[in-house]
Amino acid sequence: MTKISTKQTGTTRRGALKTLAAGAAATSLPLWARYAQAQTSEPIRVGFQMHRTGIGAAYGRWYDRTTEAAARLINEAGGINGRPLEIVVEDDGTDPKRGAEVVEKFATQHNCDVGYGTLFSHVVAGSAPRAGELKLPYFVVSEGHHVASGALNRYTVQPGITDVKSQVQAMAPFVASNLGKKVTMIFPDYAFGHDHRDFFSAAIEAQGGEVVAKLAIPPTETSFTKYFPKIPRETEVIYHVMVGPAVLTFVKEMGEFFGPSRPEIFGFIDSLEAVDISSPGLEFLEGTYFWEGMPRYAQAEQSPYDKFYREHVGVDDKGASLSDAKDVSTYAHMFGCWETLFVIKAGMEAAGYQGPQDRPALIEAVEAMTEMPYSNEHPQGAKVFNGKTHQVFGPQYISKLEGGMLKVQHTTSIEDGYYPDEVDYTKMSF
Amino acid sequence: MSDRAKVLALHGGLLVLLFALQFVLPAYHHGNLARIMVLASFAVGYNVMFGYAGLLSLGHALFFAAGMYGMGLAVQHGGAAPVPGLLAGIAAALAVSLAVGLLALRTAGVGFMIVTLMFAQAGYLTILYFGTYTRGDEGLVLQQAQRVLWGIDLTQPGTRYFAALLLFAVCVLATLAMVRAPFGKVLIAIRENEERARMLGYDVFRYKLAAVVISGVISGLAGAVYGLLFGYVGATFASVQYSIFPLLWVLLGGAGTVLGPFVGTLFMFYLIDLSSAVTSAYMLVAGVALVLLTLFAPQGLVGEIRDRIWRWLP
Amino acid sequence: MDFGPYLMLASLEGAVTAAVLALTAIGLSLVFGVMRVVNVAHGEFFMLGAVLAWWVASHVGGPPALGFVAALAIAPLAVGGLAALADMTVLKRVAYDPERTIVATIGILYIIQQVTLMTYGPEARPVEPPFNTRLALPWVEWGESGLQLYWPWGLSTTSYKLFVIGAAAAVLVGVWLLMARTRIGLLMRATQLDREMALAFGIPVERVYAMVFGIGGALAALGAVLIVPIQQAHYLMGGDPLLLSFIVVIIGGLGSLPGTVAAAVLIGLSDGIISVFFSPTLAKILATLLVALVLVFRPQGLFGTGAK
Repeated sequence: MTKISTKQTGTTRRGALKTLAAGAAATSLPLWARYAQAQTSEPIRVGFQMHRTGIGAAYGRWYDRTTEAAARLINEAGGINGRPLEIVVEDDGTDPKRGAEVVEKFATQHNCDVGYGTLFSHVVAGSAPRAGELKLPYFVVSEGHHVASGALNRYTVQPGITDVKSQVQAMAPFVASNLGKKVTMIFPDYAFGHDHRDFFSAAIEAQGGEVVAKLAIPPTETSFTKYFPKIPRETEVIYHVMVGPAVLTFVKEMGEFFGPSRPEIFGFIDSLEAVDISSPGLEFLEGTYFWEGMPRYAQAEQSPYDKFYREHVGVDDKGASLSDAKDVSTYAHMFGCWETLFVIKAGMEAAGYQGPQDRPALIEAVEAMTEMPYSNEHPQGAKVFNGKTHQVFGPQYISKLEGGMLKVQHTTSIEDGYYPDEVDYTKMSF
Repeated sequence: MSDRAKVLALHGGLLVLLFALQFVLPAYHHGNLARIMVLASFAVGYNVMFGYAGLLSLGHALFFAAGMYGMGLAVQHGGAAPVPGLLAGIAAALAVSLAVGLLALRTAGVGFMIVTLMFAQAGYLTILYFGTYTRGDEGLVLQQAQRVLWGIDLTQPGTRYFAALLLFAVCVLATLAMVRAPFGKVLIAIRENEERARMLGYDVFRYKLAAVVISGVISGLAGAVYGLLFGYVGATFASVQYSIFPLLWVLLGGAGTVLGPFVGTLFMFYLIDLSSAVTSAYMLVAGVALVLLTLFAPQGLVGEIRDRIWRWLP
Repeated sequence: MDFGPYLMLASLEGAVTAAVLALTAIGLSLVFGVMRVVNVAHGEFFMLGAVLAWWVASHVGGPPALGFVAALAIAPLAVGGLAALADMTVLKRVAYDPERTIVATIGILYIIQQVTLMTYGPEARPVEPPFNTRLALPWVEWGESGLQLYWPWGLSTTSYKLFVIGAAAAVLVGVWLLMARTRIGLLMRATQLDREMALAFGIPVERVYAMVFGIGGALAALGAVLIVPIQQAHYLMGGDPLLLSFIVVIIGGLGSLPGTVAAAVLIGLSDGIISVFFSPTLAKILATLLVALVLVFRPQGLFGTGAK
């Protein structure tokens, strides 16, 4: 366990006044109240469930850096409700069993106020029941559909990143009208891959297109060429979303299979997060399209918010670490940590959060949120939060790889990703 | 005190201690111990096959997952209550271990390790293949309402602890009874010298098959209880890692001892938990600890105690 | 794709898989054959080979072939040395007891993985192959003017994949020569046959064991250097090769070199060809069960004389 404890350095006028006022109030209060006051200057503790080891480690280290940067900013601006923010990091090994144990550790040993930051959906699914039982607000940054599908509980929310159902659905109009209507999907034989399969099939049919073949690849696979002949000749677009260390082989072998005559290719950048696009073997991807949660390369019309966010996390214009150009970030996902941390701050301030007894109030405050404007706090884009389904919705980006750089071609609207509610968590008891 | 009395006193004492601990332990360790007792039951199941019958399986995750999914699918899709769910888990583990035993016992030694490993791998892929029902790697979340047993809410820390203790006690007492019964003695005889046991007229295959099935059912029961107590059923529990864990726990604690599996599980859990509090490179600490342990406690922790102090330990 | 070309492509891919399997398994085959211990960390030696290949290739400038050749020399030596060291400091002290070796090598696995994670990092990194040309392959069909060649869509391989098949064959021949024609090989075979007898004849068994363990590690690393241009270096990549090479060694029959080759070909080809007929995951399940059943009905392995 490590702690990032950036001390409160609030020297703003407001912060100074607050401190003065608190000091004055404290001296004039009876002893028991002074004790309570002393207690509330304790830091707000956010338990960060980090994939430091295991298959999610490449994501984990960037989730960590983003979290650290956002926490530093929050503390510099005076913390939360006048209290400093402390991030308590525990490694879950990207394992659902350890994930649940870590959640217990946050709630019962570290006395954390909330749990936060989980990416891999099996870890979320394994940990969420424990968070619910321990009544620990659990802010996941997973893009899984598990929250909005209603499978989890009142204490689990995803306010910082759009879920896969919404992302996939928003892609269909662009794919159908620009790339082609006959789609072959290649995805891992995981729940995550199945979500892509089901949601995209439905969405492309609504656009008058069809999925002509669905190739679910077992996750233990390391060679792929033998599956490519299953791609029908009539295919106009290949839709790929692969994860894990074998994705480079996948892309390379796809290039070798098609040679000079390839169909249009549309992929989810998940396949290449933390991977340098200019790696040998990836030349084949030139001219293909990608979903990006947030554009990895700084665009010509970069927003001031993206610039601000990039600077503070320490990422250059190509999406790599400022200190090591070979250390490529997971730019399309990690903004979720940044935004979630600011949602926690906003929620705690709205709820007047003092301590664990206010956890239900915090959840209610987050549920009451709706619009989140495009800002330094939400640099990926404006968002709309659905309090009933505990899920946020934001814009999505479609980029084309041109000259070794991902250029945004289309930005979907938030509404493109809407779908009917599948659950109303606000009706569940605390 | 006779050896028999000592054995009863020690094991009974441990169970009483575990019962008493729930009133004094802080919340975090209270929860950990409940989890450890369920996982230790898995290791107890493993020990029946490995420690007593001498059959080294590399595919025990299959049995754990069979119980877990037998229960989970019955509860989630069949709308079963916990008790029928547990029975479904036991039935699934029974069927799977019988099938694996019948086929895998045609081999021996390393061949047996490989066959069990591959069956487990096929089982893991099968769970992914039927993702429509199992939700693949993401798994199934069991809601609180699905986890109420005869009006007792298994999501409460107290009842969870008690349920885990009950499971563990049943498993330990069952193995204790087994070891002392003629059946257990025959298993040990087979482990020590299979040819001689055969010459003495024992049907070695049937004894081994029985060991596989008992081991599989205990492991499956542990899997079903784990899913029920912690509300999650996932494919990770069917992966190779979870076949290696019980082997590791049993070897650490001491193979062929009744308490070894519990001690090994407890040791490994806190080795990871405590070292991760000191350094983020906790795997390094765990690795060094394992190497040192094999150098200085070759029989496992309980095995060393038996070798050096309490020679009567079963 | 038509059935004929597809079958050819799948067989070709199966042959590449078989070559990869043979390369990963040959080191374990040696260790297991001579020492009869399950080295759980064997896959980590493989991973270290791949990671070192990346490290060497990215520090040697010039054309990719130069870095590749340097890696071919450096990685096996370094990993072999490390393996021999592990043998002398740990395995020797647990007296090669099968069960203690499992726990000790799990410990070594944790250590190697964690150190790699802290130094090399969690990313998957590619190594550029020294050459890699896409080769379109022809197929025959019965056309208007009799048999004629044509180039079906997608039927292709690469020069590097063909090289891997050749390299696997070369490494296997090399190991066979080592075992059959050299004094070291003789010592190893003598130790394998009867440890006590070898000791009685004054063979320094402990040194032989350290050497076997070192050579086994070096072979795993050599296989990794050859394979890493078609896969990638990643700190968790050791798990699958470990299981697969373990399976190959046992199915082949303990300590039998031809058996190891035959098992690699059987597993590789069945994996490729079954994938033609079923959906990918189902094909994997069936291929896994098929291989397991080979062992169930032929417990001594394909070329083995008796299992134990």
